[in-house]
Amino acid sequence: MANETLLMGAVAYDPKVVTIWDGFLAWFAKNGLDFDFVLYSNYERQVEAHLAGHFHVAWNSPLAWLQAERAAKAAGREARAIAMRDTDCDLTSVIVVRADSPIQSVEDLAGKTVGVGAGDSPQATMIPLIHLAEAGLEPNEKFDVRRFDVLLGKHGDHIGGERDAARALMQGEVDAACMIDGNHLLFSKEGTLPSGATRIIAQTGTYDHCNFTVLDDAPTALIDRFTELLLSMRYEDPVVRPLLDLEGLKVWKPGRTSGYALLERALDRFGVLT
Amino acid sequence: MNTVELGALGLDRGGHLLVKRALTRVEPGEAVRVVGSAPELAVHLRAWCRSRGHPFAAEDGLIIRRGDVERYNGAESAGAPNAVVDDAPATWGLAARGATIEAGAPAFDFVLHAKDDVWADEAARLYAQGAASQWDPATAIPWGDATEIPDAIEDAVVQVMTYLVENETAALVVSSRFAAQVHPHYFEVMQLLALNAADEARHVEVFRRRALMKRERLGLSSVGGQASLKTLVDEPDFAMASFLLSVLGEGSFLALLWFLHTHAPDPVTKEIARLTAQDEARHVAFGVAHLGRHTTADPALRGRLAAAIHRRHDALAHTAGLNEEVFDALVLLAAGAWTPAAISQGWDAVQSLERDMDLGRRRRLERLGFEAEEAEALSALHTRNFM
Repeated sequence: MANETLLMGAVAYDPKVVTIWDGFLAWFAKNGLDFDFVLYSNYERQVEAHLAGHFHVAWNSPLAWLQAERAAKAAGREARAIAMRDTDCDLTSVIVVRADSPIQSVEDLAGKTVGVGAGDSPQATMIPLIHLAEAGLEPNEKFDVRRFDVLLGKHGDHIGGERDAARALMQGEVDAACMIDGNHLLFSKEGTLPSGATRIIAQTGTYDHCNFTVLDDAPTALIDRFTELLLSMRYEDPVVRPLLDLEGLKVWKPGRTSGYALLERALDRFGVLT
Repeated sequence: MNTVELGALGLDRGGHLLVKRALTRVEPGEAVRVVGSAPELAVHLRAWCRSRGHPFAAEDGLIIRRGDVERYNGAESAGAPNAVVDDAPATWGLAARGATIEAGAPAFDFVLHAKDDVWADEAARLYAQGAASQWDPATAIPWGDATEIPDAIEDAVVQVMTYLVENETAALVVSSRFAAQVHPHYFEVMQLLALNAADEARHVEVFRRRALMKRERLGLSSVGGQASLKTLVDEPDFAMASFLLSVLGEGSFLALLWFLHTHAPDPVTKEIARLTAQDEARHVAFGVAHLGRHTTADPALRGRLAAAIHRRHDALAHTAGLNEEVFDALVLLAAGAWTPAAISQGWDAVQSLERDMDLGRRRRLERLGFEAEEAEALSALHTRNFM
């Protein structure tokens, strides 16, 4: 790796990923930072490559963050989260039934079928399932789990799994479906879940989503400059605004790791469902 | 604290409009309490606020704060609704004049972005007049009044209509090309050029229909006629094209159409000539108005316009000019009969038409600031094809 170029790893969950990072690359270059990126098809490969020193900073899903952190610890090393999106903070997921369903509470899901997203989706699978497990409903024991696996390895970044679960709910194939709070609003507006046709029976606790992860051997000066530039991006700047819109944020915030407790418990309890 | 009452309305059914409205009424950082009974309100409000950059302050009572990151911070105004700027920026693009434009809009390549190149204060009035004067070819022309006329006279009408079709097609192509090049900030001009093109489309339709009213074929199209029109179609500069087409060409056509109106052998041809002449008068008026303004702002333009006439004259020097059959047809129409005396009269009428055309061109050239002598010389160089 050349010392002067900051290399980032990211997962190509959608073609827009190239647009986003090519755009940021040009913006970083204009601001004096030599930045480049490597795309992986899945987070497992990205975490492995990060530990192997193939790049300096990873744009990680919450699950990839935990995987990197644990792998680093196992190797006697340390991982840090340096930045994240404003929209990565304090998310919740919801468990939804049809409005006319007799199911009124989480307990009523016993013996039923719950539709989730991709097996490795924190928001549409792991966090809703830990919510139910901690309420006394162990998945696959007290109720059946039906997975809607769209693009495994991408940790649910692709919305397809959640949408498929929502459609299955409306078609009566499952008794409940799990999704991120914002997607319930989106699906209601777009008609996948017609307004008033569903009822939310549970909302999980809050959790955080993606972050930029570095390991302890990352080049300090480059990482500091990268972080400083990220945090200096302004939504008012017409050059970066379209990129921020595509990436789904208004402002980058300093990284925090206080929002991953729910997912940690899910990972400990279920492992990664692949 | 400001409160917004949503009643039973959820954010999935438009409730966000009320929330947004409430947020615009407080300063960034200030709180708004959202009250409502939609079952998903708390879940949806949390998600909505996160995606819009508004901090979600409390779940109990649903208090949100207006964020300070907004799309239209740094937006600019695309001029004022009723005033035009001297040079319209490429990034104003298609935005309505006077709209507020988000910063970072794409740059559009409108070639005609300078006011002096296109503007005429009369454009809005001419557009309004043109829009109000649109006539329906199906009903405005008395197609049923097909008088019996001698075959030879009918042939002359068909030949003249064939000639008019190709000339008006050239005018349609030129008008529509430049309509698409005008910066939409000068929308009055863009609309007027589009309307001119629509006029030409109707003219082509009625000329064609008249030609085929009693015949199954159209008349002759000459190399000289098409060569003359090709120099118009190929002219890339708006001022030059407008000068050659509207001021000189359509100006000459005005006299031709009134000549046809006077000498028309039947009511259909007569009404077609009258209605099309009215439209052409507006086209000429705009050409003279915007070039008059342009030459006042840039007197050197006159030299370039004169050079354009010379260039076109030289390019057409080796062509036959007006289709002889068209000229003969005009003589015959004015004659109305095959007797030597009638033909002599027709001949004189066409001579008079050419003098009228010349006088009209000279008068318009003088309105653009050319000296009388130069106007006379330039008018004489105008294409023998009339258009």
